[in-house]
Amino acid sequence: MPPNLTAEPVIAARALTKHYGEFAAVDGISFEVPAGEAFGLLGPNGAGKSTTMKMIGGVSQRTSGELSIMGLDPERHGPEVRAHLGVVPQQDNLDEELRVRDNLLVYGRYFGLPMSYLKPKVDELLEFAQLTEKAGAKVDSLSGGMKRRLTIARSLINEPKILLLDEPTTGLDPQARHILWDRLFRLKESGVTLILTTHYMDEAEQLCDRLVVVDKGRIMAEGSPATLIREHSTREVLELRFGSERNTTVAADLEGIGERLETLPDRVLIYAADGEAALEQVTARGLHPITSLVRRSSLEDVFLRLTGRSLVD
Amino acid sequence: MTNSLSVEDYRLTGRPRTLGALYSRNARAVIARGLRATKSSNWMVMVSGFFEPVLYLLSMGVGLGALVGTVTGPGGSEISYAAYIAPALLAVSAMNGAVYDSTWNVFFKMNFAKLYQGMLSTSLGPLDVAIGEIFLALLRGALYATGFTAVMGVMGLITTPWALLMIPASVLIAFGFAAFGMAITSFMKTFQQMEWVNFVMLPMFLFSATFYPLSVYPQPIQWFIQALPLWHGVELLRQISAGVFTAATGVHVLYYAAMIGIGVVLTTGRLRALFLK
Repeated sequence: MPPNLTAEPVIAARALTKHYGEFAAVDGISFEVPAGEAFGLLGPNGAGKSTTMKMIGGVSQRTSGELSIMGLDPERHGPEVRAHLGVVPQQDNLDEELRVRDNLLVYGRYFGLPMSYLKPKVDELLEFAQLTEKAGAKVDSLSGGMKRRLTIARSLINEPKILLLDEPTTGLDPQARHILWDRLFRLKESGVTLILTTHYMDEAEQLCDRLVVVDKGRIMAEGSPATLIREHSTREVLELRFGSERNTTVAADLEGIGERLETLPDRVLIYAADGEAALEQVTARGLHPITSLVRRSSLEDVFLRLTGRSLVD
Repeated sequence: MTNSLSVEDYRLTGRPRTLGALYSRNARAVIARGLRATKSSNWMVMVSGFFEPVLYLLSMGVGLGALVGTVTGPGGSEISYAAYIAPALLAVSAMNGAVYDSTWNVFFKMNFAKLYQGMLSTSLGPLDVAIGEIFLALLRGALYATGFTAVMGVMGLITTPWALLMIPASVLIAFGFAAFGMAITSFMKTFQQMEWVNFVMLPMFLFSATFYPLSVYPQPIQWFIQALPLWHGVELLRQISAGVFTAATGVHVLYYAAMIGIGVVLTTGRLRALFLK
């Protein structure tokens, strides 16, 4: 469902800041999210993504700025705001003393929802999370991917209008990630607004309609993944490895090839519209990398361009 | 996602309230969760908590009591040593249960199980969680007190119907310790700091006129013991067990009322600081 841009934003943040003592974890960020959009906060660890999520959920008080969730201030209306939210924290915090089904049931009770509503809802969510057979199992017997799916199912018990996902697939194997992405995609199709933090660019590219790149508590850029890549990077990237000793020394000889050059400890990146053509120029200069790879630009490149650092260090 | 019942029929709607960010009037969901968890995993801890004071009563009251004979109880009547220490043991058990629930248990759920973090992602506020946890501690205390009072009855240590009041009085004692314990736990960051709780509890148990009258101490030490909460609990239950009520009874009750008041205010403030930082 394409987001309706004329509608009231479900989340509006203006000049939002959060200080811990002298340290500014969030340093004056502003953004709006219309209903039904999948909105991403992309940035490295410590960029202020989780802090922003906590302020949206009303479990962290802002230092200054304005924040409105469905027209309410989460600081003054914590319980009411959270009644519309589903929260998937960075680390699973399932109730280990309860079984799988009871985790969903009890969580629904925290929202004050009656059993008559919860009983069919729990079955439906177990189905959605592909955990129907595990309904009576203990939580600690589940695999990492299952726990993650149960956490997401749990966050949906109150049919949230907004789902907050903090690093939803960190620590999962590729197959488990794809199952999860599929589930999140279905939610998006059903009209749930997704707010997602991640430091995986493939995840951001897969799921987000629009995202902000965050670094050191500030927004560096904003747009759809495709727009960001178009604006801040070239179409293709040529990755060259000369061995860790030589990458820096060779970089000088590569000057002038492509539009831009980036030297990382383990490789040299050449940004060019045509990667193959750039590679021909490199070999024409008598330089022979150990490996070479031409790929399309990703959000990783955007981040590198904007901050001079990699996303995952 | 279609449902005959829509979530909109039940969803909490925006309406400012006092304590709006802290409380959603749904502590019963926290209580229900505790009961469900107890049913599936915690019942061994529960059972051992009941037997502890009973074992003390058998060993000290009956065993040691054979050597001691009778002692002067509240109101001046001669009572058996077992009847003398039984109410004190009940007060200790109320204290231990409440302190365990509100310190170690809360500390673990807060810092390791991240249980409260999950609860506070829902409509629940910190005050719902605090009320729910304290209520669970009190419910457990009430069960222990009922069981122990029944044991006293079977052993012939109950001589007056007033003794039944020991059950609500135990809950009052437990409430005082639970409210205060939770406030203290909210300041604790490490297991080493938690050890201080035990460091305070054991001497308080041994020296709060639990096994012998306060008069054995020199005056300054008597004052010190009288300032401690357990002594008031021991004296309160001892008086009730004999059906002897004096002005001191009121003082003991007020001591706990104050402890509850301060504890609840402190806990609420700390929860705000901890969870809405």
